[in-house]
Amino acid sequence: MINLSFPFTEEKIRALNVRDEVALSGVVFTGRDAVHKYLHEGGRLPPGVSLRDGILYHCGPVVLKDEQGDWKVTAAGPTTSIREEPYQAQIIKDFGIRGVIGKGGMGDRTLAACKEFGCAYLHAVGGAAQVLAECIRKVRAVYFLEKFGSPEAIWELEVEDFPAVVTMDSKGHSLHREIFATSQAELAKHL
Amino acid sequence: MNALQDSLIELIRRTSAEIPDDVRQAILDSLEREKKGTIAESAMKIIERNIALAKQKSQPICQDTGSILFYVDSPVGMDQMRFEDTACLAVKKATKLGYLRQNSVDSLTGINDGTNVGPGSPTFHFHQQRSDRINVRLVLKGGGCENVGAQYSLPNEKLKANRDLDGCRKAILDAVLQAQGRGCGPGILGVCIGGDRATGYEFSKRQFLRLIPDRNPVPELDTLEQDILKTANDLGIGPMGFGGRTTLLGVKICAINRLPASFFVSISYMCWAYRRLGVTLDAEGKIAGWLY
Ligand code: SF4
Repeated sequence: MINLSFPFTEEKIRALNVRDEVALSGVVFTGRDAVHKYLHEGGRLPPGVSLRDGILYHCGPVVLKDEQGDWKVTAAGPTTSIREEPYQAQIIKDFGIRGVIGKGGMGDRTLAACKEFGCAYLHAVGGAAQVLAECIRKVRAVYFLEKFGSPEAIWELEVEDFPAVVTMDSKGHSLHREIFATSQAELAKHL
Repeated sequence: MNALQDSLIELIRRTSAEIPDDVRQAILDSLEREKKGTIAESAMKIIERNIALAKQKSQPICQDTGSILFYVDSPVGMDQMRFEDTACLAVKKATKLGYLRQNSVDSLTGINDGTNVGPGSPTFHFHQQRSDRINVRLVLKGGGCENVGAQYSLPNEKLKANRDLDGCRKAILDAVLQAQGRGCGPGILGVCIGGDRATGYEFSKRQFLRLIPDRNPVPELDTLEQDILKTANDLGIGPMGFGGRTTLLGVKICAINRLPASFFVSISYMCWAYRRLGVTLDAEGKIAGWLY
Protein backbone atom coordinates (compact mmCIF):
# COMPACT_ATOMS: atom_id res chain seq x y z
CA MET A 1 0.00 0.00 0.00
CA ILE A 2 1.39 3.37 -1.04
CA ASN A 3 0.35 6.43 0.91
CA LEU A 4 -0.38 9.10 -1.62
CA SER A 5 -0.96 12.39 0.08
CA PHE A 6 -1.21 16.05 -0.75
CA PRO A 7 0.53 17.70 -2.54
CA PHE A 8 0.11 15.44 -5.56
CA THR A 9 3.29 16.30 -7.39
CA GLU A 10 4.19 15.12 -10.86
CA GLU A 11 7.09 13.21 -9.34
CA LYS A 12 4.87 11.18 -7.00
CA ILE A 13 2.41 10.40 -9.78
CA ARG A 14 5.11 9.39 -12.26
CA ALA A 15 6.50 6.97 -9.67
CA LEU A 16 3.24 4.97 -9.65
CA ASN A 17 2.86 1.71 -11.53
CA VAL A 18 -0.12 -0.29 -12.68
CA ARG A 19 -1.32 -2.63 -9.85
CA ASP A 20 -0.07 -0.32 -7.09
CA GLU A 21 -2.56 0.03 -4.28
CA VAL A 22 -2.78 3.55 -2.94
CA ALA A 23 -4.35 5.14 0.10
CA LEU A 24 -5.15 8.67 -0.90
CA SER A 25 -5.26 11.56 1.55
CA GLY A 26 -5.92 15.16 0.72
CA VAL A 27 -8.40 17.07 -1.40
CA VAL A 28 -10.33 15.57 -4.30
CA PHE A 29 -12.87 17.23 -6.59
CA THR A 30 -15.86 15.31 -7.91
CA GLY A 31 -16.85 15.77 -11.52
CA ARG A 32 -19.02 13.72 -13.81
CA ASP A 33 -20.85 14.13 -17.09
CA ALA A 34 -22.05 17.73 -16.83
CA VAL A 35 -18.73 19.06 -15.49
CA HIS A 36 -16.69 17.31 -18.16
CA LYS A 37 -18.84 18.58 -20.97
CA TYR A 38 -18.80 22.10 -19.51
CA LEU A 39 -15.02 22.27 -19.04
CA HIS A 40 -14.38 20.72 -22.43
CA GLU A 41 -16.52 23.36 -24.09
CA GLY A 42 -14.31 26.05 -22.57
CA GLY A 43 -16.29 26.62 -19.37
CA ARG A 44 -14.37 28.28 -16.55
CA LEU A 45 -13.94 27.15 -12.98
CA PRO A 46 -15.31 29.45 -10.29
CA PRO A 47 -12.83 32.14 -9.11
CA GLY A 48 -10.24 30.78 -6.69
CA VAL A 49 -10.77 27.14 -7.69
CA SER A 50 -7.91 25.29 -9.32
CA LEU A 51 -7.56 21.69 -10.38
CA ARG A 52 -3.81 22.07 -11.02
CA ASP A 53 -2.00 19.12 -9.41
CA GLY A 54 -5.43 18.02 -8.26
CA ILE A 55 -7.42 14.80 -8.24
CA LEU A 56 -10.70 14.47 -10.09
CA TYR A 57 -13.19 11.88 -8.84
CA HIS A 58 -15.84 10.49 -11.19
CA CYS A 59 -18.58 10.36 -8.60
CA GLY A 60 -22.07 11.65 -7.98
CA PRO A 61 -22.21 11.49 -4.20
CA VAL A 62 -25.30 11.46 -2.04
CA VAL A 63 -24.85 14.47 0.24
CA LEU A 64 -27.21 15.54 3.00
CA LYS A 65 -27.21 18.45 5.43
CA ASP A 66 -26.99 17.38 9.08
CA GLU A 67 -28.70 19.09 12.05
CA GLN A 68 -25.89 21.65 12.32
CA GLY A 69 -26.33 22.55 8.68
CA ASP A 70 -23.07 20.87 7.62
CA TRP A 71 -22.83 18.74 4.51
CA LYS A 72 -22.43 15.04 5.11
CA VAL A 73 -21.61 12.50 2.41
CA THR A 74 -23.70 9.36 2.91
CA ALA A 75 -22.73 7.41 -0.23
CA ALA A 76 -19.82 8.03 -2.56
CA GLY A 77 -18.91 5.21 -4.90
CA PRO A 78 -17.31 5.78 -8.31
CA THR A 79 -19.30 6.03 -11.51
CA THR A 80 -18.34 4.54 -14.88
CA SER A 81 -15.45 6.56 -16.28
CA ILE A 82 -15.54 5.64 -19.95
CA ARG A 83 -18.37 8.11 -20.56
CA GLU A 84 -15.83 10.91 -20.04
CA GLU A 85 -13.37 9.51 -22.59
CA PRO A 86 -14.25 12.14 -25.24
CA TYR A 87 -13.31 14.93 -22.80
CA GLN A 88 -10.75 13.58 -20.36
CA ALA A 89 -7.47 13.96 -22.24
CA GLN A 90 -8.13 17.62 -23.02
CA ILE A 91 -9.14 18.33 -19.42
CA ILE A 92 -6.01 16.64 -18.04
CA LYS A 93 -3.96 18.87 -20.32
CA ASP A 94 -5.82 22.15 -19.82
CA PHE A 95 -6.33 21.93 -16.07
CA GLY A 96 -3.17 20.10 -15.02
CA ILE A 97 -4.92 17.15 -13.36
CA ARG A 98 -2.64 14.58 -11.70
CA GLY A 99 -5.09 11.84 -10.90
CA VAL A 100 -8.48 10.60 -12.05
CA ILE A 101 -10.47 8.29 -9.77
CA GLY A 102 -13.29 6.23 -11.26
CA LYS A 103 -14.30 2.72 -12.23
CA GLY A 104 -14.05 0.59 -15.33
CA GLY A 105 -10.96 2.28 -16.77
CA MET A 106 -10.59 4.61 -19.74
CA GLY A 107 -9.40 4.49 -23.32
CA ASP A 108 -6.31 5.15 -25.37
CA ARG A 109 -6.62 8.93 -25.53
CA THR A 110 -6.71 9.25 -21.75
CA LEU A 111 -3.84 6.78 -21.45
CA ALA A 112 -1.76 8.90 -23.83
CA ALA A 113 -2.61 12.06 -21.88
CA CYS A 114 -1.55 10.34 -18.63
CA LYS A 115 1.82 9.64 -20.20
CA GLU A 116 2.33 13.04 -21.76
CA PHE A 117 1.22 15.22 -18.87
CA GLY A 118 1.93 13.03 -15.83
CA CYS A 119 -1.40 11.72 -14.61
CA ALA A 120 -2.66 8.35 -13.31
CA TYR A 121 -6.00 6.60 -13.35
CA LEU A 122 -6.97 5.28 -9.93
CA HIS A 123 -9.65 2.59 -9.83
CA ALA A 124 -11.93 2.59 -6.80
CA VAL A 125 -14.08 -0.43 -5.93
CA GLY A 126 -17.39 -0.01 -7.72
CA GLY A 127 -20.42 -0.17 -5.50
CA ALA A 128 -18.48 0.31 -2.26
CA ALA A 129 -20.53 3.39 -1.46
CA GLN A 130 -20.39 3.02 2.32
CA VAL A 131 -16.71 2.18 2.72
CA LEU A 132 -15.71 5.06 0.46
CA ALA A 133 -18.07 7.53 2.12
CA GLU A 134 -16.37 6.71 5.45
CA CYS A 135 -13.07 7.92 3.95
CA ILE A 136 -14.50 11.35 3.30
CA ARG A 137 -13.65 13.44 6.33
CA LYS A 138 -15.10 16.74 5.29
CA VAL A 139 -16.98 18.56 2.58
CA ARG A 140 -14.93 21.72 2.03
CA ALA A 141 -17.08 23.36 -0.60
CA VAL A 142 -19.50 22.78 -3.44
CA TYR A 143 -19.58 24.53 -6.82
CA PHE A 144 -22.22 24.61 -9.56
CA LEU A 145 -24.80 23.15 -7.18
CA GLU A 146 -27.67 25.14 -8.73
CA LYS A 147 -26.35 24.89 -12.25
CA PHE A 148 -25.87 21.12 -12.42
CA GLY A 149 -27.75 19.68 -9.42
CA SER A 150 -26.28 17.75 -6.51
CA PRO A 151 -24.86 14.58 -8.13
CA GLU A 152 -23.36 16.55 -11.04
CA ALA A 153 -21.92 19.43 -9.01
CA ILE A 154 -18.23 19.80 -8.16
CA TRP A 155 -17.80 18.74 -4.53
CA GLU A 156 -14.50 19.62 -2.90
CA LEU A 157 -13.86 16.79 -0.46
CA GLU A 158 -11.20 16.06 2.08
CA VAL A 159 -10.41 12.35 2.05
CA GLU A 160 -8.26 10.18 4.26
CA ASP A 161 -6.87 6.78 3.29
CA PHE A 162 -9.19 6.49 0.33
CA PRO A 163 -8.37 3.08 -1.24
CA ALA A 164 -7.77 2.76 -4.97
CA VAL A 165 -5.70 0.73 -7.43
CA VAL A 166 -3.56 2.26 -10.17
CA THR A 167 -4.91 0.68 -13.34
CA MET A 168 -3.47 3.19 -15.84
CA ASP A 169 -0.09 4.75 -15.09
CA SER A 170 1.96 7.53 -16.67
CA LYS A 171 4.24 5.03 -18.40
CA GLY A 172 1.67 3.92 -20.94
CA HIS A 173 0.52 0.79 -19.10
CA SER A 174 -3.15 -0.10 -18.76
CA LEU A 175 -4.23 -3.01 -16.59
CA HIS A 176 -7.57 -3.02 -18.45
CA ARG A 177 -5.88 -3.56 -21.79
CA GLU A 178 -3.59 -6.19 -20.35
CA ILE A 179 -6.35 -8.25 -18.69
CA PHE A 180 -8.55 -8.04 -21.76
CA ALA A 181 -5.77 -9.48 -23.90
CA THR A 182 -4.88 -12.31 -21.50
CA SER A 183 -8.50 -13.27 -20.83
CA GLN A 184 -9.29 -13.24 -24.54
CA ALA A 185 -6.36 -15.54 -25.24
CA GLU A 186 -7.40 -17.82 -22.37
CA LEU A 187 -10.97 -17.97 -23.66
CA ALA A 188 -9.76 -19.06 -27.08
CA LYS A 189 -8.26 -22.15 -25.42
CA HIS A 190 -11.62 -23.05 -23.89
CA LEU A 191 -13.73 -22.84 -27.07
CA MET B 1 -54.08 -1.30 3.64
CA ASN B 2 -51.47 0.42 5.85
CA ALA B 3 -50.06 -2.89 7.04
CA LEU B 4 -49.27 -3.78 3.44
CA GLN B 5 -47.59 -0.44 2.84
CA ASP B 6 -45.48 -0.77 5.99
CA SER B 7 -44.48 -4.30 5.02
CA LEU B 8 -43.40 -3.17 1.57
CA ILE B 9 -41.38 -0.26 2.97
CA GLU B 10 -39.59 -2.70 5.26
CA LEU B 11 -38.98 -5.03 2.33
CA ILE B 12 -37.44 -2.14 0.38
CA ARG B 13 -35.30 -1.00 3.32
CA ARG B 14 -33.85 -4.43 3.94
CA THR B 15 -33.36 -5.22 0.27
CA SER B 16 -31.40 -2.01 -0.24
CA ALA B 17 -29.22 -2.36 2.86
CA GLU B 18 -28.78 -6.13 3.27
CA ILE B 19 -27.33 -8.70 0.91
CA PRO B 20 -29.12 -12.06 1.07
CA ASP B 21 -27.27 -14.80 2.98
CA ASP B 22 -26.56 -16.97 -0.06
CA VAL B 23 -24.88 -14.07 -1.89
CA ARG B 24 -22.87 -13.07 1.16
CA GLN B 25 -21.67 -16.64 1.51
CA ALA B 26 -20.62 -16.74 -2.14
CA ILE B 27 -18.69 -13.50 -1.65
CA LEU B 28 -16.97 -14.86 1.47
CA ASP B 29 -16.05 -18.06 -0.39
CA SER B 30 -14.52 -16.09 -3.23
CA LEU B 31 -12.57 -13.91 -0.81
CA GLU B 32 -11.08 -17.15 0.54
CA ARG B 33 -10.22 -18.30 -2.95
CA GLU B 34 -8.35 -15.18 -4.07
CA LYS B 35 -4.59 -15.24 -3.69
CA LYS B 36 -3.45 -13.47 -0.54
CA GLY B 37 -1.88 -10.09 -1.02
CA THR B 38 -3.34 -9.48 -4.49
CA ILE B 39 -5.41 -6.50 -5.56
CA ALA B 40 -8.25 -8.96 -6.20
CA GLU B 41 -8.18 -9.91 -2.53
CA SER B 42 -8.14 -6.25 -1.49
CA ALA B 43 -11.16 -5.53 -3.68
CA MET B 44 -13.09 -8.46 -2.19
CA LYS B 45 -12.19 -7.29 1.31
CA ILE B 46 -13.55 -3.84 0.58
CA ILE B 47 -16.73 -5.38 -0.81
CA GLU B 48 -17.10 -7.52 2.29
CA ARG B 49 -16.56 -4.52 4.57
CA ASN B 50 -19.06 -2.50 2.56
CA ILE B 51 -21.72 -5.17 3.00
CA ALA B 52 -21.23 -5.23 6.77
CA LEU B 53 -21.20 -1.43 7.03
CA ALA B 54 -24.38 -0.98 5.00
CA LYS B 55 -26.26 -3.45 7.14
CA GLN B 56 -24.99 -1.93 10.36
CA LYS B 57 -25.91 1.61 9.28
CA SER B 58 -29.09 0.55 7.47
CA GLN B 59 -27.88 2.50 4.44
CA PRO B 60 -27.95 1.51 0.76
CA ILE B 61 -25.21 -1.01 -0.10
CA CYS B 62 -24.58 0.87 -3.32
CA GLN B 63 -25.68 4.39 -4.12
CA ASP B 64 -27.29 3.17 -7.33
CA THR B 65 -30.38 1.60 -5.80
CA GLY B 66 -31.34 0.38 -9.23
CA SER B 67 -34.46 -0.59 -11.13
CA ILE B 68 -37.20 -1.65 -8.75
CA LEU B 69 -38.55 -5.04 -9.81
CA PHE B 70 -41.43 -6.64 -7.88
CA TYR B 71 -42.34 -10.31 -8.40
CA VAL B 72 -45.67 -11.09 -6.76
CA ASP B 73 -47.36 -14.47 -6.27
CA SER B 74 -50.90 -13.58 -5.36
CA PRO B 75 -54.02 -15.49 -4.30
CA VAL B 76 -56.78 -15.83 -6.87
CA GLY B 77 -58.93 -12.73 -6.74
CA MET B 78 -56.40 -10.39 -5.16
CA ASP B 79 -56.89 -6.80 -6.28
CA GLN B 80 -53.68 -6.24 -8.26
CA MET B 81 -54.40 -2.61 -9.00
CA ARG B 82 -54.73 -1.84 -5.33
CA PHE B 83 -51.51 -3.69 -4.65
CA GLU B 84 -49.74 -1.61 -7.30
CA ASP B 85 -51.04 1.65 -5.86
CA THR B 86 -49.89 0.68 -2.38
CA ALA B 87 -46.48 -0.43 -3.64
CA CYS B 88 -46.02 2.88 -5.48
CA LEU B 89 -46.76 4.76 -2.27
CA ALA B 90 -44.29 2.51 -0.43
CA VAL B 91 -41.63 3.30 -3.04
CA LYS B 92 -42.24 7.04 -2.68
CA LYS B 93 -41.94 6.83 1.10
CA ALA B 94 -38.86 4.61 0.95
CA THR B 95 -37.26 7.17 -1.34
CA LYS B 96 -38.04 10.00 1.08
CA LEU B 97 -36.50 7.93 3.88
CA GLY B 98 -33.30 7.50 1.86
CA TYR B 99 -33.63 3.72 1.35
CA LEU B 100 -33.75 4.40 -2.37
CA ARG B 101 -31.87 7.10 -4.29
CA GLN B 102 -33.88 9.50 -6.46
CA ASN B 103 -33.18 7.29 -9.39
CA SER B 104 -35.85 7.49 -12.06
CA VAL B 105 -35.71 9.91 -14.97
CA ASP B 106 -38.33 10.85 -17.57
CA SER B 107 -36.77 9.63 -20.81
CA LEU B 108 -38.24 12.47 -22.89
CA THR B 109 -37.71 15.50 -20.67
CA GLY B 110 -34.73 14.29 -18.63
CA ILE B 111 -36.57 15.35 -15.48
CA ASN B 112 -36.10 13.38 -12.29
CA ASP B 113 -39.10 14.17 -10.10
CA GLY B 114 -37.44 12.46 -7.14
CA THR B 115 -40.22 9.94 -6.45
CA ASN B 116 -38.99 6.83 -8.32
CA VAL B 117 -42.55 6.38 -9.55
CA GLY B 118 -43.46 6.85 -13.21
CA PRO B 119 -44.14 4.86 -16.36
CA GLY B 120 -42.39 1.50 -15.92
CA SER B 121 -41.12 2.29 -12.45
CA PRO B 122 -41.50 0.28 -10.33
CA THR B 123 -42.09 -2.82 -12.46
CA PHE B 124 -44.59 -5.52 -11.44
CA HIS B 125 -44.72 -9.19 -12.41
CA PHE B 126 -47.84 -10.90 -11.07
CA HIS B 127 -48.52 -14.64 -10.85
CA GLN B 128 -51.52 -16.27 -9.25
CA GLN B 129 -51.23 -19.11 -6.78
CA ARG B 130 -53.78 -21.28 -4.96
CA SER B 131 -53.00 -20.06 -1.47
CA ASP B 132 -54.29 -17.12 0.50
CA ARG B 133 -50.78 -15.89 1.14
CA ILE B 134 -48.98 -13.30 -0.92
CA ASN B 135 -45.30 -13.74 -1.73
CA VAL B 136 -43.52 -10.57 -2.73
CA ARG B 137 -39.96 -10.73 -4.03
CA LEU B 138 -38.00 -7.60 -4.76
CA VAL B 139 -34.90 -7.22 -6.92
CA LEU B 140 -33.00 -3.91 -7.08
CA LYS B 141 -30.81 -3.96 -10.16
CA GLY B 142 -28.21 -1.27 -10.77
CA GLY B 143 -27.54 0.52 -14.03
CA GLY B 144 -23.85 -0.30 -14.41
CA CYS B 145 -24.52 -4.03 -14.57
CA GLU B 146 -27.70 -3.61 -16.60
CA ASN B 147 -25.65 -1.83 -19.27
CA VAL B 148 -23.47 -4.89 -19.84
CA GLY B 149 -26.38 -7.26 -20.47
CA ALA B 150 -26.43 -8.66 -24.00
CA GLN B 151 -28.71 -10.48 -26.39
CA TYR B 152 -27.32 -12.73 -29.13
CA SER B 153 -29.21 -13.96 -32.14
CA LEU B 154 -27.89 -17.32 -33.29
CA PRO B 155 -26.29 -18.32 -35.55
CA ASN B 156 -23.52 -15.78 -34.99
CA GLU B 157 -20.81 -16.03 -37.59
CA LYS B 158 -18.22 -13.98 -35.79
CA LEU B 159 -18.40 -16.20 -32.71
CA LYS B 160 -18.88 -19.35 -34.82
CA ALA B 161 -21.90 -19.99 -32.66
CA ASN B 162 -24.54 -22.32 -34.08
CA ARG B 163 -28.07 -22.95 -32.92
CA ASP B 164 -27.14 -25.52 -30.31
CA LEU B 165 -25.93 -25.66 -26.72
CA ASP B 166 -22.33 -25.15 -27.77
CA GLY B 167 -23.41 -22.00 -29.64
CA CYS B 168 -25.17 -20.79 -26.48
CA ARG B 169 -21.99 -21.45 -24.51
CA LYS B 170 -19.93 -19.35 -26.93
CA ALA B 171 -22.39 -16.48 -26.75
CA ILE B 172 -22.50 -16.51 -22.94
CA LEU B 173 -18.72 -16.62 -22.59
CA ASP B 174 -18.37 -13.78 -25.09
CA ALA B 175 -20.72 -11.73 -22.91
CA VAL B 176 -18.50 -12.45 -19.90
CA LEU B 177 -15.41 -11.34 -21.82
CA GLN B 178 -17.04 -8.13 -23.03
CA ALA B 179 -18.46 -7.25 -19.61
CA GLN B 180 -15.09 -7.34 -17.88
CA GLY B 181 -14.15 -4.39 -15.75
CA ARG B 182 -17.62 -2.94 -16.17
CA GLY B 183 -20.70 -3.86 -14.20
CA CYS B 184 -18.89 -4.28 -10.87
CA GLY B 185 -17.87 -7.93 -10.85
CA PRO B 186 -17.74 -10.54 -9.56
CA GLY B 187 -21.17 -10.93 -11.05
CA ILE B 188 -23.97 -13.40 -11.45
CA LEU B 189 -25.41 -14.29 -14.85
CA GLY B 190 -29.09 -14.82 -15.53
CA VAL B 191 -29.55 -16.39 -18.95
CA CYS B 192 -32.53 -17.34 -21.04
CA ILE B 193 -32.24 -19.51 -24.13
CA GLY B 194 -35.14 -18.98 -26.52
CA GLY B 195 -38.22 -16.79 -26.37
CA ASP B 196 -38.71 -13.52 -28.20
CA ARG B 197 -36.51 -10.53 -27.43
CA ALA B 198 -38.71 -9.25 -24.60
CA THR B 199 -39.56 -12.55 -22.88
CA GLY B 200 -35.94 -13.66 -23.29
CA TYR B 201 -34.72 -10.78 -21.16
CA GLU B 202 -37.62 -11.14 -18.76
CA PHE B 203 -36.88 -14.79 -18.09
CA SER B 204 -33.16 -14.09 -17.83
CA LYS B 205 -33.86 -11.61 -15.00
CA ARG B 206 -36.23 -14.02 -13.31
CA GLN B 207 -33.21 -16.32 -12.81
CA PHE B 208 -32.01 -13.86 -10.15
CA LEU B 209 -34.79 -15.14 -7.89
CA ARG B 210 -32.92 -18.44 -7.60
CA LEU B 211 -30.47 -19.17 -4.79
CA ILE B 212 -26.80 -19.11 -5.75
CA PRO B 213 -25.99 -22.67 -4.59
CA ASP B 214 -29.14 -24.24 -6.11
CA ARG B 215 -28.82 -26.71 -8.98
CA ASN B 216 -30.73 -26.68 -12.21
CA PRO B 217 -33.20 -29.60 -12.43
CA VAL B 218 -32.62 -29.86 -16.19
CA PRO B 219 -29.41 -31.90 -16.61
CA GLU B 220 -28.19 -30.17 -19.81
CA LEU B 221 -28.68 -26.75 -18.29
CA ASP B 222 -27.08 -27.79 -15.02
CA THR B 223 -24.01 -28.96 -16.93
CA LEU B 224 -23.91 -25.72 -18.88
CA GLU B 225 -24.23 -23.62 -15.71
CA GLN B 226 -21.34 -25.40 -14.00
CA ASP B 227 -19.23 -25.27 -17.13
CA ILE B 228 -19.72 -21.53 -17.70
CA LEU B 229 -18.97 -20.78 -14.05
CA LYS B 230 -15.75 -22.74 -14.11
CA THR B 231 -14.61 -21.48 -17.50
CA ALA B 232 -15.37 -17.84 -16.68
CA ASN B 233 -13.36 -18.10 -13.48
CA ASP B 234 -10.46 -19.64 -15.41
CA LEU B 235 -10.24 -16.54 -17.63
CA GLY B 236 -8.50 -14.57 -14.89
CA ILE B 237 -10.66 -11.45 -15.20
CA GLY B 238 -11.26 -11.28 -11.47
CA PRO B 239 -13.10 -8.84 -9.19
CA MET B 240 -13.53 -5.41 -10.83
CA GLY B 241 -11.54 -6.78 -13.78
CA PHE B 242 -8.33 -6.41 -11.72
CA GLY B 243 -7.28 -9.98 -12.57
CA GLY B 244 -7.94 -12.88 -10.20
CA ARG B 245 -9.83 -16.07 -9.63
CA THR B 246 -13.40 -14.89 -9.20
CA THR B 247 -15.03 -13.50 -12.30
CA LEU B 248 -18.50 -14.89 -11.59
CA LEU B 249 -20.25 -15.97 -8.39
CA GLY B 250 -22.98 -17.89 -10.13
CA VAL B 251 -24.66 -18.76 -13.43
CA LYS B 252 -28.40 -19.45 -13.77
CA ILE B 253 -29.86 -20.55 -17.07
CA CYS B 254 -33.36 -21.36 -18.26
CA ALA B 255 -34.74 -22.41 -21.63
CA ILE B 256 -38.12 -21.48 -23.08
CA ASN B 257 -39.69 -22.22 -26.43
CA ARG B 258 -38.79 -20.14 -29.46
CA LEU B 259 -40.10 -19.62 -32.96
CA PRO B 260 -38.47 -21.78 -35.61
CA ALA B 261 -37.08 -18.58 -37.14
CA SER B 262 -35.53 -17.16 -33.94
CA PHE B 263 -32.84 -18.32 -31.56
CA PHE B 264 -32.05 -15.75 -28.90
CA VAL B 265 -29.66 -16.07 -26.01
CA SER B 266 -30.44 -13.28 -23.53
CA ILE B 267 -27.95 -12.53 -20.80
CA SER B 268 -28.56 -10.32 -17.80
CA TYR B 269 -25.62 -9.46 -15.60
CA MET B 270 -26.00 -8.79 -11.89
CA CYS B 271 -23.25 -6.99 -9.99
CA TRP B 272 -21.87 -8.16 -6.65
CA ALA B 273 -24.33 -5.75 -5.00
CA TYR B 274 -27.00 -8.38 -5.67
CA ARG B 275 -30.04 -7.07 -3.86
CA ARG B 276 -32.87 -9.59 -3.70
CA LEU B 277 -35.16 -10.32 -0.78
CA GLY B 278 -38.75 -11.46 -0.37
CA VAL B 279 -41.54 -11.71 2.13
CA THR B 280 -44.65 -13.80 2.69
CA LEU B 281 -47.58 -11.66 3.73
CA ASP B 282 -50.62 -12.76 5.70
CA ALA B 283 -54.19 -11.84 4.74
CA GLU B 284 -53.86 -8.43 6.41
CA GLY B 285 -50.62 -7.64 4.61
CA LYS B 286 -48.34 -8.15 7.62
CA ILE B 287 -44.99 -9.86 7.14
CA ALA B 288 -45.39 -13.53 8.07
CA GLY B 289 -41.88 -14.56 7.06
CA TRP B 290 -38.83 -13.84 4.92
CA LEU B 291 -38.17 -15.83 1.78
CA TYR B 292 -34.39 -15.68 1.52
S1 SF4 C 1 -23.17 -2.03 -11.10
FE1 SF4 C 1 -24.03 -2.56 -9.10
S2 SF4 C 1 -22.38 -2.23 -7.61
FE2 SF4 C 1 -21.81 -1.21 -9.51
S3 SF4 C 1 -22.46 0.90 -9.23
FE3 SF4 C 1 -24.11 -0.19 -10.31
S4 SF4 C 1 -25.50 -0.97 -8.71
FE4 SF4 C 1 -23.59 -0.36 -7.73
